[in-house]
Amino acid sequence: MRKVLLPTLVIASAVLLLVRIFYLQIIDDTNMVKSVNNAIKIKYDYPERGYVYDRNGKLLIANQPSYDIMVVPRDVKNIDTTEFCNLLDIDKDFFLKRMHKAKVYSPMLPSVFLPQLNKLEFAAFQEKIRKFPGFYIQKRALRDYQVDFGANIFGYITQVNENIIKKNHYYNSGDLIGMQGIEQSYEEVLRGQKGVKYLLRDKFNREIGPYKDGKFDTIAKQGKDITLTIDSELQKYGEELMVNKWGGIVAIEPKTGEILSLVSAPSYDPALLVGRQRSKNYNLINEDKIAKPMYDRGLLAEYPPGSPFKILTGLVALQEGVISDSTRFSCHHGFSYGRGRFMKCHCGGGSQQLHRAIYQSCNTFFSQSYMRTINKYKDPAKGVDVWASHLKSFGLGDFMGYDLPTGRRGNIPTSKTYKRVYPNGGWRSTTIVSNAIGQGEVLMTPIQLANFMATVANKGYYYTPHIIKKIKGDAINEKFRKKHITTIEPRYFNPIISGMADVYKQPSGTAAGLGVAGIEICGKTGTAENFAKINGKRVKLQDHSIFVAFAPRENPKIAIAVFVENGYWGKRWAGPIATLMIEKYLNKKITRFDFEKRMKEGSLKDQYAKLYPRKHQDSLSVISKKIRDSITREKRKTDSLNGKFKQPIRKENTIDTISNPTQ
Amino acid sequence: MKNQGVSGYIDWLSVIIYIALVIMGWFNIYSSSLSNIEGDTSIFDFSQTYGKQLLFILCTIPLVLSVLAMEAKFFEKFSTVIFIASLVSLAGLFLFGKTIAGQRCWYAIGNFTLQPSEFAKAATALALAKYLSDVQVNLKDVNRQIQALMIVGLPVLLILPQPDPGSALIYSIFFFVLFREGLPAWYIITGFLAIAIFILTLKYNNPFLVIAIATVILAFIYFRTRNAERNIIASLMILAAVTAFSFSVNYVFNNVFKQHHRDRFNILLGKEVNLKKEGYNTDQSEIAIGSGGWIGKGYLEGTQTKGGFVPEQHTDYIFTTVGEEWGFVGSFVVICLFVGLILRIIYLAERQKTKFSRIYGYSVAGILFIHFFVNIAMVVGVFPTIGVPLPFFSYGGSGLWGFSILLFIFLKLDANKINEW
Repeated sequence: MRKVLLPTLVIASAVLLLVRIFYLQIIDDTNMVKSVNNAIKIKYDYPERGYVYDRNGKLLIANQPSYDIMVVPRDVKNIDTTEFCNLLDIDKDFFLKRMHKAKVYSPMLPSVFLPQLNKLEFAAFQEKIRKFPGFYIQKRALRDYQVDFGANIFGYITQVNENIIKKNHYYNSGDLIGMQGIEQSYEEVLRGQKGVKYLLRDKFNREIGPYKDGKFDTIAKQGKDITLTIDSELQKYGEELMVNKWGGIVAIEPKTGEILSLVSAPSYDPALLVGRQRSKNYNLINEDKIAKPMYDRGLLAEYPPGSPFKILTGLVALQEGVISDSTRFSCHHGFSYGRGRFMKCHCGGGSQQLHRAIYQSCNTFFSQSYMRTINKYKDPAKGVDVWASHLKSFGLGDFMGYDLPTGRRGNIPTSKTYKRVYPNGGWRSTTIVSNAIGQGEVLMTPIQLANFMATVANKGYYYTPHIIKKIKGDAINEKFRKKHITTIEPRYFNPIISGMADVYKQPSGTAAGLGVAGIEICGKTGTAENFAKINGKRVKLQDHSIFVAFAPRENPKIAIAVFVENGYWGKRWAGPIATLMIEKYLNKKITRFDFEKRMKEGSLKDQYAKLYPRKHQDSLSVISKKIRDSITREKRKTDSLNGKFKQPIRKENTIDTISNPTQ
Repeated sequence: MKNQGVSGYIDWLSVIIYIALVIMGWFNIYSSSLSNIEGDTSIFDFSQTYGKQLLFILCTIPLVLSVLAMEAKFFEKFSTVIFIASLVSLAGLFLFGKTIAGQRCWYAIGNFTLQPSEFAKAATALALAKYLSDVQVNLKDVNRQIQALMIVGLPVLLILPQPDPGSALIYSIFFFVLFREGLPAWYIITGFLAIAIFILTLKYNNPFLVIAIATVILAFIYFRTRNAERNIIASLMILAAVTAFSFSVNYVFNNVFKQHHRDRFNILLGKEVNLKKEGYNTDQSEIAIGSGGWIGKGYLEGTQTKGGFVPEQHTDYIFTTVGEEWGFVGSFVVICLFVGLILRIIYLAERQKTKFSRIYGYSVAGILFIHFFVNIAMVVGVFPTIGVPLPFFSYGGSGLWGFSILLFIFLKLDANKINEW
């Protein structure tokens, strides 16, 4: 016993140590990570983000350098705090608070002391920086918007969040990423590829050479410039026309599917989401949950399309052979279908043919045509499905596949829809007749409306709408070059188009008086009922004002859809706006100053105020005032800067930013 | 019989392991010192730790040879003189010692420093062996126990106030030597129990828990023994002792210990510590070792070693270099070499014909063992931070020479056993 105690202890101890070492080296892998974190410094070369141009080559988005003042607390010695604070226009409390925060993070590692100085502040500080050991300047690139519109198209740049980092290994904490709009959908093109350098460092955070002789290092790839299909003049004009109104405008070039403008109102100045005020402004904009400036109405808002849908009803009925351009239905200021049900019509009554039914927007005619289409088949389910499949060939009822990150399907009901609603059957063409005039279950987004207009303008085909025109040094997606042909034969479009031309031309046309001399516009008004839940009750709100059009009639250059929420009826707001947009795009100048004045000055604010509960109405005005102030402030700043630095900053070297993985 | 050349009888296995450890030690010191160096330097650069260590190693050769050349009887005859000289050198530190980092452990001779406590271990082992090998000494006798403990306790009393708790801790291993030579078992049992109570009390920060456990165990033993052998008074006294000890641990820990002492225990007990301050050493040490994986990052490729993250890496934390650059395989080899050497010495000690050689050999094994265990246990985070070098590995002339003399006196004694008949 006395002899074995020590040997036993020796062996037991050795086993204990080996188990512990085995645990540390083989089982517990956190040490490996920690080792990388503290011994390997990863230095990133961030390439500059690509510029964005409009279809005419006008620069829309450039970059501006921004300067973060960094501090390494340990190296800060004997500085004149008063001078420092005066130089940066901060007070002493702020200085002490920031220094404390940096010290708590790490006395040896750099922290951001003051982010995003502008050029003037930077220049002033740079001059005196040698007086302040421990501080240095790190350059970053921020977006520099050359225009104050198009926020919904551009999207914005933000720091990546935890979710993104987890999903996409490219990003590290502190990296920037494009959100919404083209910044999101062309993120990989615009951002380029950051370069990574692995450096060994010692405990004082000094670099002591490349890790593994730079075997894992990569070189930064410059972001590519892109050209959008947007016409910036048209976009700007559209946003001006939509001031104080809610809704969307989508304009498409029918021959190519290029999106000429995509207006969503209300909108905001994209410059608000850049710089030191970014998060404050973002919160203000995002806080408005009813007007929703961040919500792209052109892409996301699903509305009942209303009367413009009659065009489709007519086309399907023609294709199915249930009507021809000489078919007559008589309208008695409406028509009764089924027991005690009556659909009113404002067309003026009488015996209606397709041509007049379009320009007078006759409910009776299209309801009858629709019922004939459905009743062509014994089983209404079959009829609805045939009808729906024609509509789907226009790209309706589904995502369109355009290159913007948000969208909605809209809705085209099929027999499935009705089997769900009426599980016991018993539904017939009369049950679903409101689909004929774009009410009922049919829903479309403004971009779907515009695309369907483009298809009509092309007499039966379309290209998937897209916003990208060129990527420098790269081709755009092939799918945007692919022609989609509808199930409606081209010849059936002619009577419809001539009806649409008379919407403007005929004295009893629904857009009579809206015309522009010298341009033959084909259009269609719409008025859609809508309801909202206010305090839990379903309330009928003022109708939406809708207008679709394309022009010129021969060789169309633009197809457009305009939606104005609660705009009473089509001709009141949407019609003039669409007309003005067409005139602006085709003639580059406006003759209908009467409309322009009325549109720019007109406001539907009173309508929208109804949507806000009483107590929120005040806060609404407070928020918009705040946003307005913020815009003016920002404007003043940029103006003063532009005075000093006329040139937009050209591309310089890559921007060095150290992202520290231990942060 | 004429004294034969020592080479014929020396235990070459021990010598080979010894040489292997010294060489491996030097290579690791070389690696760990590179973090302080800029540019190319020669390995004979004596301003660098690895250059100095190379010099120390070279000096060890004549030192070892002269130990082997001496008459074996010399060590037994002069053990008392050596011991007293050693005590004087320790005491002299209070007058002439040089203070480095708050510890007054060194004599400064020019650029070099000498640490007498590294040599005192061998001297104490010799003195204890000499005392116990006297046929008159029976360790069942309380007076003898006290005298033996005094031999061990004297150097401890001189080392503790330097302060050098690490070196003092080493002397606890002599309890195992004494136990081997007949010290009653309850010394050892009490020692282990005290450690267990100490840990339990601190871990749960609650003396009552320990008392409750002790009560249950004592009651169990009490009722399981036969009536005749039951001793209620003894049981209650043990319980009282446990209670008193547990409370005093709590008191001493919270009121006598300084914060940095408390921190060292808290780190081990898994309590919250600041990794940038008191937890830094242990954390960095674990990171360095843990990042080694199976086969390590390769010699001179350790990122933690190159970055100089582990403090005192060339001395007390030298094992982190092994762990990081050589991985589990390297750590395993080093541990096996140590265990092999220690077990070999125990084996040789048991084979000795004289009581003196046996006790001395046993002490050598014990001293190497406690250094080996405490050092690596501290580095891998299962023992509180305490300054104990890894024999033959850690940087330092005094340590290397002290351990070499300690080992080679025994190898000389062992080689000489042929003449003891």
